[in-house]
Amino acid sequence: MQKIFSKPESLKDVPMSYCPGCGHGIIHRLIAECIDELGIREKTIAVAPVGCAVFAYDYFNFDTTEAPHGRPPAVATGIKRANPDKFVFTYQGDGDIAAIGMAETIHAANRGENITIIFVNNANYGMTGGQMAPTTLIGQKTDTTPFGRDPKREGYPIHLCELLATLEGTTYLERVSIYNPQNIIKAKKAIKKAFQCQLDGKGFSLVEVISNCPVDWGMTTLESIKWTEETFIKTFPLGVVKDRS
Amino acid sequence: MSKKELVKGNIALCEGAIAAGVKAYFGYPITPQNEVPSYMSRKMVELGRVFIQAESELAAANMVLGAAVSGARAMTSSSSPGISLKQEAISYMAGMQLPALIVNVQRGGPGLGNIAGAQSDYFQAVKGGGHGDYRVIVLAPNSAQEMYEMAYDAFDLAEKYRTPVMILSDGVVGQMMEPVEFNRPGKKEFEPKDWCLNGCKGREPLSVQSLLMQEGALEQHNIKLQAKYKTIEQNEVKIETYKTEDAKVIIVAYGISSRIAKSAVKLARKEGIKAGLLRPKTLWPFPSEAITALAKNGVKFLAVELSHGQMVEDVRLAVNGKCPVEFLGKAGGGIVTEQEIVQKLRS
Ligand SMILES: Cc1ncc(C[n+]2csc(CCOP(=O)(O)OP(=O)(O)O)c2C)c(N)n1
Ligand code: SF4
Ligand SMILES: [Mg+2]
Repeated sequence: MQKIFSKPESLKDVPMSYCPGCGHGIIHRLIAECIDELGIREKTIAVAPVGCAVFAYDYFNFDTTEAPHGRPPAVATGIKRANPDKFVFTYQGDGDIAAIGMAETIHAANRGENITIIFVNNANYGMTGGQMAPTTLIGQKTDTTPFGRDPKREGYPIHLCELLATLEGTTYLERVSIYNPQNIIKAKKAIKKAFQCQLDGKGFSLVEVISNCPVDWGMTTLESIKWTEETFIKTFPLGVVKDRS
Repeated sequence: MSKKELVKGNIALCEGAIAAGVKAYFGYPITPQNEVPSYMSRKMVELGRVFIQAESELAAANMVLGAAVSGARAMTSSSSPGISLKQEAISYMAGMQLPALIVNVQRGGPGLGNIAGAQSDYFQAVKGGGHGDYRVIVLAPNSAQEMYEMAYDAFDLAEKYRTPVMILSDGVVGQMMEPVEFNRPGKKEFEPKDWCLNGCKGREPLSVQSLLMQEGALEQHNIKLQAKYKTIEQNEVKIETYKTEDAKVIIVAYGISSRIAKSAVKLARKEGIKAGLLRPKTLWPFPSEAITALAKNGVKFLAVELSHGQMVEDVRLAVNGKCPVEFLGKAGGGIVTEQEIVQKLRS
């Protein structure tokens, strides 16, 4: 019998602790498959964020480290500059990358660091209980926007890809989602392309993955998928934002 | 370099780090340490090593963390306000057990303060600075020569114990021009590190982290860290003493204050005052035992600092009430003079 589905070597054989229906598990798997297919597992050094994916180092089967909240781009810069031959990527949430870590993000991008960022946008702070994130939609209720995000009070959702696209230093920026199989396939292609961009020495690449957080959104998994498709991606349109690779 | 040259303390520091094989320097401008990023921006690039002017001290210190986790010798430098921002990464590096060098060329505080030399960051350097139960090794150079030597030695020390090392200098020592003998061999061979991240080729993947969520894991980790700190306390205390054998009054001073205090001891001796000097070259571990041993009946201690009394607390702890401990200091740009010290010694 032909084996057509198995665990990627780049994932450890352990159960993940993410909530049922959470997008992080799927995104981990896509990354692991890409790393296997590119044959770069043994030269990979990954930086985990502070956020729900802080446990990434328990799941990925390659070298991993951590960074203080928001600092993965600075930590990855240090690793990559000291080891240009290694493959270095960070995995970050919206709060990590676009609130506390915005300066590190913009400047790593602007320097054109030859690293890759996988940015998981779930429109809230998952780990700390569903507070407002820089990407929270207008009107979206969160733990700290009980009346819905009001731009007068809380400003507007940040479109990070578009913001980074204005910087000369960025090479490849794409926004994808994982709410259905077609989009999962597209997301994997984007991640692989971003990784290839680094392997070819072409500079800064980032893939923003629109993901779901059913638990903190107060939804069932199916409701969260529906909301992603009907509402979330209306604010964050999918597609290639910049490609100079 | 291997000859004697007249250079600023900050430049001597750079040469020490370069000779020690520092592979990556990450900095951000702030007076009075600007000579360091300026010099490194040229030297490191010429040597084919890494130099980045980071977007902030937060970023610079976290870049050091990244380079260090991959096993590279890495450093950053700053002055007081910038060191406050580096505390985040320093705490993480202590928890992750990463060797690195952080240099503080102290200036006056609190807040933006001024750019004159000061010694007001002793508590921050020695008692923690960031969050959590940790220590960093703190070295206190008092000359351009020692800026060179301590920067050279800091990396070996950091790697020996897998811990961040801080050089606590000050604006005066950093800016002062002195002849320096560049007498250390350029390091090319380094001890292999089995803990660093360099890709999992031929081995199981490694994870270097400070997050320890499993039941009891963080408690065990802290016990391990404390045991390491105990070993450092036993092995790494360094002091210089000057005429302490028959001294009735012993000055304790580090960095620039110790230079002034030494002259004051000479002046006082001419007046027949039996003065001496104990200079901690390591502030953590602190030379508590050496001080305790000198704390006898009929002896008095005088702590001299460019602060309003920080190190003096550790002197008092070491003396433990066995004899009087007095203090002389000022902060915010003023320098304690030899005459002021002698006057205090007379009283
Ligand atoms: C300096 C600091 N501030 C705050 C926190 C608490 N904290 C942990 S995770 C998190 C938010 C994470 O949200 P996000 O980056 O969107 O990741 P998610 O959990 O949604 O995947 C915060 C604020 C922290 N650990 N460190
Ligand atoms: S809180 Fe949200 S992002 Fe975090 S694991 Fe649960 S579903 Fe996933
Ligand atoms: Mg989030």
